[in-house]
Amino acid sequence: MLRLMTPTQPEVSAVPTPPPASNPLFPFVLQLADTSLILAHRLSEWCGHGPVLEQDLALANIALDLLGEARSYYQYAAELEGQGRTEDDLAYLRSAVEYRNPLLVEQPNGDFAHTIVRQFLFDVFHYELLIELKAGPDTQLAAIAEKSLKEAAYHRKWSAEWMIRLGDGTPESRQRIEKALRTLWRYAAELTSPTPLELDLHTLGLVPDYAELQARAAAYITHVFAEATLPVPTEAFRQPGGKLGRHSEHLGYLLAELQYMQRTYPGLTW
Amino acid sequence: METPTLAPTPEEQFQARIDADVRIEPKDWMPDAYRKTLIRQISQHAHSELVGMLPEGNWITRAPSLRRKSILLAKVQDEAGHGLYLYSAAETLGTTRDQMLADLHSGKAKYSSIFNYPTLSWADMGCVGWLVDGAAILNQVPLCRTSYGPYARAMVRVCKEESFHQRQGFEVMQTLCEGSAVQKEMAQESLNRWWWPTLMMFGPADDASPNTEQSMKWRIKRFTNDELRQKFVDMMVPQAEFLGLTVPDEKLKWNEARQAYDFGEVNWDEFWSVVKGNGMCNHERLQARVQAHEEGAWVREAALAHAEKRQAREAVAVAA
Repeated sequence: MLRLMTPTQPEVSAVPTPPPASNPLFPFVLQLADTSLILAHRLSEWCGHGPVLEQDLALANIALDLLGEARSYYQYAAELEGQGRTEDDLAYLRSAVEYRNPLLVEQPNGDFAHTIVRQFLFDVFHYELLIELKAGPDTQLAAIAEKSLKEAAYHRKWSAEWMIRLGDGTPESRQRIEKALRTLWRYAAELTSPTPLELDLHTLGLVPDYAELQARAAAYITHVFAEATLPVPTEAFRQPGGKLGRHSEHLGYLLAELQYMQRTYPGLTW
Repeated sequence: METPTLAPTPEEQFQARIDADVRIEPKDWMPDAYRKTLIRQISQHAHSELVGMLPEGNWITRAPSLRRKSILLAKVQDEAGHGLYLYSAAETLGTTRDQMLADLHSGKAKYSSIFNYPTLSWADMGCVGWLVDGAAILNQVPLCRTSYGPYARAMVRVCKEESFHQRQGFEVMQTLCEGSAVQKEMAQESLNRWWWPTLMMFGPADDASPNTEQSMKWRIKRFTNDELRQKFVDMMVPQAEFLGLTVPDEKLKWNEARQAYDFGEVNWDEFWSVVKGNGMCNHERLQARVQAHEEGAWVREAALAHAEKRQAREAVAVAA
């Protein structure tokens, strides 16, 4: 396989942004890939440390689904870019400022309540987005979305059930879930706030109407919060940035770990 | 005077069933010692799966490619699944998962000592799969025919997945050995560290193994520790040669007469030292398990509390 990287060449990260690809879908597919990979990575950090064996299995399962989805997107992005980069080049040889995942998914695991809130907010959005992508005009993206939608429906069910259990469980679980909501709610809006790229792609019919997604996601969140006896946060402050490459400090450490082998031993096959 | 023919005792009847290779099932009568031995062995095995998630889990976030990451995560997840089947099998003998975990956390119950060694390089993901899972398979394949039904059935599933893991481990090693000099060196360094601890996985030498004789008689065990260790060496040496790696044992030599490899003496001092808790990671591994359990307590309590609330609400709804 032709690789752009050889040990003697400078790393791709030395270049601020990848050269503009002819296909406008490339950066969007890459954003989807980054999002699923970063969340999968976070969830995989739980492996062996879950609160009970059955949930250790569930967390690993969701991580595996998202990792599989990320790989499909990266492979497709590499194809769209058409410059010989592979899924691993895209995942392992881009720096934090080149990553395009929303801030929510890079937030640390915290306690189980933080992990559940992060997952639930993502799952609600992810599920609605996949429904639209599945019906979209790009057949490759539609095929990935169709496969992932089945998994995302299960993820959403799992995290919603845990929102309800923890919200309507013990005083401690409720206090923890409320604290997690106070920390993470500010990152939820970014998921459905379109970037200039997403707006452009929307006019081309390639990306759905995020206002509509937002309305559906909000309705589902309201329904689950009612079951969980939790008030929907009214916090107006929103923290965007990740989809534009402006990340929290957490991402750098995550990537340092994720990319350790490829950075230390460039250009090898594993 | 004629000796009257005595009716067989329950113990004799039990042994007769064992000798006839009839599976023992949870509701059957069994000697207390048989039950205790099995609880000890199955829970130890379940704990090994649970603790065994940690050394490999250590490399999930650093796996060198997305494909390897996915394979490794799936593998560690399989181990959690094996833990579940095995805890369930042990529960059929009248213990509970809570009790077994309490024994693990207090240090009363053991788990396989191999997991008290650290995983220091990516090649360790190869060696753990190739050697450690290879040794586990040799230990476990005979357990698919062990006398206690639920254990035997759990082991059939476990073994299927383990052999898959072993192939994956070998493939990691093969990729390294076919790679750059740095990669091959990484593979050799890892083999140097894992070879002897893996030989220790079969347990003490037969003359120092107090439980072997009774376990063989009850057909819980079907081969002795030394028999399995020899089998392992005979199986692995050609594989190491195929990979172009050197097994770190100067006494290793093919014995034409025995049609088997002669090999050096395992360092039993190290073995007993790690069993007693003085391995590199004993403290850390147990601590990680205890911490996960303690930090998960509020989650388990919340799930229980919610289930009770829901049940109470449903009862009210039905009554209305």
